[in-house]
Amino acid sequence: MSDRDRIPGGPTGDVTGPDIGDNALEFRDPEKADALADRAEELVAAMDVDEVSVMHVCGSHEQSIAKFGLRSMLPEGVDLRMGPGCPVCVTDMPEVDEAVALATEGHTIATYGDMLHVPGTSASLSDVRAAGADVRVVYSAAEAVEIAAETDNEVVFFATGFETTAAPTAAVIRSDPPENFSVLSAHKYVPPAMEVVAAMPDTDVDGFLAAGNAATITGWGLFEELVEETDTPITVGGFEPLDVLAGLVVLLRDIRDGEATVRNAYPRCVTEEGNKPAQEQLWEVFTTESGEWRGIAYVPEANLVLRDEYAHVDANERFDIDTTAFATNGPSLSDECICGDIMAGRADPTDCEMFGEECTPEDPVGACMVSSEGTCKIWHEYGGRPDL
Amino acid sequence: MCLGVPGQVTQVDGLTADVDFWGVKKEVRLDTVDEPVESGDYILNHVGFAIRRIPESEIDETLTLYESMMGGGPDDMLREDLMDEVEAARSKSTDDEVDEEPADAQDAEDLLDELDINV
Repeated sequence: MSDRDRIPGGPTGDVTGPDIGDNALEFRDPEKADALADRAEELVAAMDVDEVSVMHVCGSHEQSIAKFGLRSMLPEGVDLRMGPGCPVCVTDMPEVDEAVALATEGHTIATYGDMLHVPGTSASLSDVRAAGADVRVVYSAAEAVEIAAETDNEVVFFATGFETTAAPTAAVIRSDPPENFSVLSAHKYVPPAMEVVAAMPDTDVDGFLAAGNAATITGWGLFEELVEETDTPITVGGFEPLDVLAGLVVLLRDIRDGEATVRNAYPRCVTEEGNKPAQEQLWEVFTTESGEWRGIAYVPEANLVLRDEYAHVDANERFDIDTTAFATNGPSLSDECICGDIMAGRADPTDCEMFGEECTPEDPVGACMVSSEGTCKIWHEYGGRPDL
Repeated sequence: MCLGVPGQVTQVDGLTADVDFWGVKKEVRLDTVDEPVESGDYILNHVGFAIRRIPESEIDETLTLYESMMGGGPDDMLREDLMDEVEAARSKSTDDEVDEEPADAQDAEDLLDELDINV
């Protein structure tokens, strides 16, 4: 039987995620949840190690883990952290500066809501919107195209997200958008970042729980190469709390057995090959380029940029973007932000002095407190600062 | 924004479908769906695009799972993200056909069977 009160150690050994207290929700099937927790306990007991480090790479996983209090169901010694699973959070400040510069020059910027408050070097899109720039929040790439169809102004879709969101961006680019529509891509591709994080000595990941939704597009077969490169097992898991626990049990078994292999614990949605039509759309339009992931590392081939054939829709080609006015700043709170360390799995939100103090969802300092997929915001929403 | 939400297709017009999400009707694009979709099918919508046709055998369980994740009151963050997805639908354009068996990864499935976990 699991012990819902027990709190296993986090990356720093003394923190475990938000203390959800009375907010813990009932499982759809508590017996299954307990059976899974028991199985996890047996597996960890058989490992004879002080700590097993599991990293997931998806904000929706973290939401489910925090909302249902899953960390408290895991055996002691299991350290479950979120890695670089928030595309908005890993968008580098110079990328935000480009959107800010375009907005300030009088172009219309359309972007997902999460991007609005992400700090650039000296300003966010929300700052320049307050100063009169035309910045629109859209739910879909298709909406950005509709805005362009209704105006003569240049409309730049500042696009963010992983594969699941990049495929729709590719689809609108391929369906003859109006001439005044262009895309400033901050889309990211996760697997190379997982490889970089796996190689970080201070992160020391024993296994990855991969995001089932991105894998719906890419297929689980994609991870075979990564497993080979990193010698680290990967299990694809779903998001519903029992799916997450089931994925963790499958992964823990491979960690126990020293089996560096890919497993699919989410066969309901994920196939080996994934969604081919979506992949075709994605890779027809995008290619990868190396670049900085904010605060984490320079990641090879993990930024999705438009191919030359689509240069006419690429805001970087269409405009001579001058960010010099926005690219410098005096000392600020954001210098103290440890969002990068959190996204790399080197620190917890609660390791940050500003968490819940100077930095809150209402007045965020760093991107991890802005996005609903950011670790800091999720921990804050589901319990604030845990009691230590 | 990562999760997507399931809904039922009520009408298909080329590469656009009308989809019903718990009573909220929205347009969803079919450019990125994995299989051809017709009226009555359920799809998984992500930012206004269908990314998967949900096989008939999985519809009930999928809906139940999402309903359980949407619990927790109006201010709940996960619920809010899912509701945002419901709002996320819109307009039109190519789909292909891929008919695939679920992944092999047989060992994982065996273990899940043993634990009586229907995923």
